[in-house]
Amino acid sequence: MTEIEVNGARHRVECAPDTPLLYVLRNELRLPGTRFGCGSGQCGACFVLIDGKAMASCDLPVWSVKDRSITTIEGLNGEHPVQKALERHQAAQCGYCMSGIVMSAVALLSHKAKPSEDEIRTALDKNLCRCGSHNRVVKAILDAR
Amino acid sequence: MLAEKPGALSDARRLTQRVHFERDGTVSIASGKVELGQGILTAFAQIAAEELGVPLERIRMLPASTAHSPDEGVTSGSQSISEGGKALRKACAEMRALLERSGRKSYWELELDAEIPGDAPEKKPAEYRVVGTSAPRRDLPAKFAGKPSYVHDMVLPGMLHGRVVRPSHGFSRLKTLGEIQGVTVVRDGSFVGVLAEREEDAIAAAAKLRAKSTWEQGAPVPQDIHTWLKEHVAERNISKEVVDAQARALGTRQLRAAYTKPYICHASIGPSCAIAQWHDRRLEVWTHSQGIFGLRQDLTKVLRMDERDIVVHHVEGAGCYGHNGADDVALDAALLARAAADRPVRLQWMREDEFAWEPYGGAMAFELEAGLSSDGRIVSWRHQFWSNGHTHRPGRAPKPVMTAAAHLAEPFELWPAVNPALPAGGADRNAIPAYDFPDLLVVNNYVKDMPLRSSSLRSLGAFGNVFAIESFMDECAAAAGVEPIPFRLKHLKDPRGRAVLEALLAQWSAWKRPEGRGHGVAYARYKNIGAYCAVLAEVEVTHELRVTRLVAAVDVGLPVNPDGVANQVEGGCIQAASWALKESYRPGNVGWEDYPILRFSEVPRVEVLLSTNEFPSMGAGECTMGPSAAAIANALSDALGVRVRDLPLTPERIAAAINA
Repeated sequence: MTEIEVNGARHRVECAPDTPLLYVLRNELRLPGTRFGCGSGQCGACFVLIDGKAMASCDLPVWSVKDRSITTIEGLNGEHPVQKALERHQAAQCGYCMSGIVMSAVALLSHKAKPSEDEIRTALDKNLCRCGSHNRVVKAILDAR
Repeated sequence: MLAEKPGALSDARRLTQRVHFERDGTVSIASGKVELGQGILTAFAQIAAEELGVPLERIRMLPASTAHSPDEGVTSGSQSISEGGKALRKACAEMRALLERSGRKSYWELELDAEIPGDAPEKKPAEYRVVGTSAPRRDLPAKFAGKPSYVHDMVLPGMLHGRVVRPSHGFSRLKTLGEIQGVTVVRDGSFVGVLAEREEDAIAAAAKLRAKSTWEQGAPVPQDIHTWLKEHVAERNISKEVVDAQARALGTRQLRAAYTKPYICHASIGPSCAIAQWHDRRLEVWTHSQGIFGLRQDLTKVLRMDERDIVVHHVEGAGCYGHNGADDVALDAALLARAAADRPVRLQWMREDEFAWEPYGGAMAFELEAGLSSDGRIVSWRHQFWSNGHTHRPGRAPKPVMTAAAHLAEPFELWPAVNPALPAGGADRNAIPAYDFPDLLVVNNYVKDMPLRSSSLRSLGAFGNVFAIESFMDECAAAAGVEPIPFRLKHLKDPRGRAVLEALLAQWSAWKRPEGRGHGVAYARYKNIGAYCAVLAEVEVTHELRVTRLVAAVDVGLPVNPDGVANQVEGGCIQAASWALKESYRPGNVGWEDYPILRFSEVPRVEVLLSTNEFPSMGAGECTMGPSAAAIANALSDALGVRVRDLPLTPERIAAAINA
């Protein structure tokens, strides 16, 4: 039994303490917006905010986050300025990587209100996108500042 | 099931299969083509709204299923707009004509006759109000909000989690299977998987079982695949031959060059996933396959079942860019679900499964030769290439082609990949040059044996052929002392092809050459029958090659959704740049560290110059691939004065070219 705080609510989850957070979110809490991409923190598809910092949830044991504040894509309710800007710029094709990209962008903007284009690109270098939506995403984030 | 060819509408049943007026005032549209992230369902909704004269927001696109959708084959080859869109437009035009003839006020009052004349006039492009506008993608808000959007996100009651147990290399058979507690181990010959109540348990068990098991290595993959291909030709096929000895004799200089492309991964960000559930002796599958009917056909062969007993539903997945692991994982899930009684089984491949077992875009070798006349024209042209077939999709071969089929206790022989017929072609896609060369020979050396299983990757053989042809065109232009765009125009008659090249002339001429930089151009008409595309690349060379800017001039006929076209073109340019700069699959690559792709700080700026005209609409997703790669290689050559003829254009290869 582990207790975690996700999107402002506390949850008690029945799982082994070394279970990666990703599977707890997706399968226990039914929050499937956080997506599996690689299982080793190399692609960013599973990023969530841990105390405001964008981190991979696929190799993060749930015991290590029990006293931390976790925000998933669902916690933004589709209303975050980054999400609205992505819609305006039609900044996706398949969209599978987008949850992780949104979390990276939200973390960046919370630390720096007006990042430059280069700073945005560097911040998103941990997120892989295969469809080639990079430039639309960067324009959207510039627009969301 | 009804089988329907595009454009063929003979009775009301087929019409209502496509277009159905719901009681809530919406219109349900069934299409056999599927959403792959390319925005096709938004474009189809626009076509339906336009032709019916119904507001766009009332149109609902039904997910494709073998249970109710028209069989429109595979969603591939940039044909959804030209074929699926055409069939849908026709169906909607018939429906509108029925309404007009009936004297009723609305579709919802319409009683359908059994006979449809099938000759209803379609709207003229000048009348279009919805087609030709950049309607926002209907699926994106949910995806940006993280709502359940993919087959990966589906949850069915009582669902079990499965994982497969395969090594990260080819094998001939499973030698020893380890033991594991707490999960159900499923084995059929050398096919092994596990089932667990919890996903993390299935993952951990599969990893442990893999470590405890041994496999007999398969045949080694040749170190030098391109030499190997040349030594293993099964058939020498002439794609095109035009003999003009008189023209050929005008050649005063002969140029020759050889090029290669490696195996390239589809490398979807989301590893492939499927859900399978048996209902007694019937099977239901949820998949992101590009061809649900072909998948069903191959499932019937492997599972020795009747088509009537299998239903395959399409649910979106991560972008696939061709034939990735989608079909393979669907069979894997069906095999695992056989051990799950009637419970559904969700199986997602792990990242290493996808890298190790997806069907790659095949390696190719090319040799080109041109005769140049004294007035700087190409008078003779030889192009031959060596390659496996470029499609290994289910439903096309006499034997099932999914990975697990070859591993079962009663295995199916792995059928070789084949090539679709010209003009689209497979390995020979875009091998016949678009230019006016009087004496011409194009030879497709088909290699049947497959050291690695390969299948359709975005643009098939066109990527390599256009890279080789357009690199060689620049080499010929340099030998003739003519600038690249005028040199191409000198050999190109097609006015729409000329127009996309001419659209880049101003930017080409405005270029100022800073130190260590270069620019290059390339052109192709996709499949020689599809979209026209010319790309201008600007690069910077320091310790490595960096693409700073790509400009794509594109003519897709009348764009159904101009921003959707631009999005596909931008994405195609960036993916092609990634292939050209970084990508080459080698056995043993299991993660993104082994197989890097372009990242945010590395991608070029992309500008799209979209022609607007009223020619029939064509797909946009693949036309940029070859021209982008060739333009980048040409820009590299422009920057350094040396040519790299092997993809990818790595720092090692660039250094070797400089030192040669």
